[in-house]
Amino acid sequence: MNIIVVGLSHKTAAVEIREKVAFAPTQMEKPLSAVVALPDITEAVIVSTCNRVEIYATTRDVAGGMARLKRFLADYHGLSLEMLDSHLYSYHGEDATRHVFRVASSLDSMVVGEPQILGQIKTSYGYAAEYKSSGIILNRFLHKAFSVAKRVRTETKIASSAVSVAFAAVELAKKIFGELSDKTVLLIGAGEMCELAAKHFINTGVRGVMVTNRTFERAEKLAQEFDARPIRFENLLDELPKADIILSSTGAPHFIIHEKEVAEVIRRRRMKPMFFIDIAVPRDIDPKVNDVENVYLYTVDDLNGVVATNLEQRKIEAAKAEAIVEQEIGQFFKWLSSLEVTPTIVALRTRFDEIRKAELAKTLSGWKNLPPDAEKKLEALTNAYMNKLLHQPTSVLKRSEQGNRNDLYVDALRNLFDLEAGGAQENMVDLEE
Amino acid sequence: MNALLFNSTLVIYAAATTFYLGYLVKPTDVLGKLGRWCIRIGFLVHCGFTLNRYLEAGHTPITNLHESLSFFSLAVVGIFIVFESRYKSFILGSFVVPLALLILATSAAFSSVIPPLNPALKSKWLAVHTGMAFLGYAAFAISFGVSIMYLIQSHFLKKRKLGPMFQKLPPLDMLDDISYRCLTIGFPLLTFAIISGAIWAETAWGTYWSWDPKETWSLITWFIYAALLHGRLTTGWRGRKAAMLSIFGFFIVIFTFLGVNLLLGGLHSYK
Repeated sequence: MNIIVVGLSHKTAAVEIREKVAFAPTQMEKPLSAVVALPDITEAVIVSTCNRVEIYATTRDVAGGMARLKRFLADYHGLSLEMLDSHLYSYHGEDATRHVFRVASSLDSMVVGEPQILGQIKTSYGYAAEYKSSGIILNRFLHKAFSVAKRVRTETKIASSAVSVAFAAVELAKKIFGELSDKTVLLIGAGEMCELAAKHFINTGVRGVMVTNRTFERAEKLAQEFDARPIRFENLLDELPKADIILSSTGAPHFIIHEKEVAEVIRRRRMKPMFFIDIAVPRDIDPKVNDVENVYLYTVDDLNGVVATNLEQRKIEAAKAEAIVEQEIGQFFKWLSSLEVTPTIVALRTRFDEIRKAELAKTLSGWKNLPPDAEKKLEALTNAYMNKLLHQPTSVLKRSEQGNRNDLYVDALRNLFDLEAGGAQENMVDLEE
Repeated sequence: MNALLFNSTLVIYAAATTFYLGYLVKPTDVLGKLGRWCIRIGFLVHCGFTLNRYLEAGHTPITNLHESLSFFSLAVVGIFIVFESRYKSFILGSFVVPLALLILATSAAFSSVIPPLNPALKSKWLAVHTGMAFLGYAAFAISFGVSIMYLIQSHFLKKRKLGPMFQKLPPLDMLDDISYRCLTIGFPLLTFAIISGAIWAETAWGTYWSWDPKETWSLITWFIYAALLHGRLTTGWRGRKAAMLSIFGFFIVIFTFLGVNLLLGGLHSYK
């Protein structure tokens, strides 16, 4: 049985193409059952995110299976295969395994190490499991991919550093305050980057958000969006002591917050640290503010510097992650090849024969005055008995090879009789975690 | 037996220090865990040494510089283990464990012979007075280590030097919190040590307070930490200033302990 992958991603197709072949997450039953209904396709999982659309499937016929999946992608979305084909990639065997392990570990992502992709694949697999389009091989395959992703996450620092300005600001805040859940964020002015940073802080979980703007109506509007408290710009200095983290991006041509004011504010805060993030150009906050005791000021350039360093770091960590992926591919293939029918029958017979021989020897050794041909007869009896017992399962197994049920039987047999199988006992990652 | 236990402790602490300092250079979990296990095992052996010494001597083994430095080091390690498992930060060890090793190594420089007990020390107050004093010193020692970490981390943040060391150091507020907790443990202990000392002095020497150099310097130490805690509670002394004062306070502690014994003499100087 072979695993094949057909799909496209941000690396091969522009968003105009990707959006045409995307599958709606709420209606996965139809495409999933359509794929497993294709000839020679036994199991299928469809992953559809804004950056990639991929089908993972199992088949006996690699070339035919890939062609059918490509045709399906085009037909299902009403596109011409000629147009789509140049954007599609397809993998089988080891390459398919490597591809999926890399995708799950976020090595193939637009921003390497971004954490969302693993959750997206888990959700996609969830649909496949719900609509029963995935079976024993893809179940094991995806669980393996999840555990590889987990290993990559814990053993490398691929996702440990922020690679966007907004995230970098949150990370820095955590280095000052530790927990942010009892901290208040103040947003001065509006601006895309500022709002994005505010969203990141809210997602991380802060106690409250305050918003101020030169025009109070705009502050109120933004406050509604963030579930924040609007503040009049004139009251800024009175409210400033309540803020731990200040995000500023006004269009003011001069500084709006000065060293002297902050020194007074920090005293009123009983020296509790403050973190100023100045995203405005020209700057809003006097750089001398950074000299005030227990106050830390970062500008957009400082944050960009942090991001650049972190991106370099990620490249180094990605190389470590690739090594982990290679290691795990080997393990998975050991298991996959154990699902073949013939070696399983051989292993089963060997196991039975071992037991038969051992029991026979035990019986014979304690038996005195044995009739001359008794040993031969017992040998024949036990042999015949064993062959009769094994005949039915063996023929069912052989027949199952045509009907594509063999993976299930083989896996069950290997477990029931404890036959040597590559990595059968290894830990599985819980889907829900 | 005594020497064996002492030397084993010294070796294990040295190993722990190596791992923790190694962690500072290359922060991998393996080094951190090795350091953690070493220091825990070392602590048990050290406890064994102290207990054995107690049984051999027949009195609390804090009567000369060798014994009291060893007990000081034991208390530092004990309190450190509690904080380390609570805050789950290996790097604390990089700043505290070397200090414990240094104290124990200094102890090795003084004679380990068990002398006949000075009759003045034959009292139930010995354990209470010295035990509390050194537990208090140990808490101040940890506050000292953590305060150094605070100054380094705050320097990194101010100067925007966000290297691997910055990544490994804990958040500022956590360091501030640990330091403060240490002070809230150390200060009452020091207070009780002084009070119990005064009571003992009254029964032994007939006067509560005799301005012995140790008494004077203990009082200075007490005032420094009292000021630090008071400043924090009233005007909110925290962060860099509090860290610097805590570091200064610990130097005074060391002088109160060693400087007074070795340089100034007086009733407390048991060598």
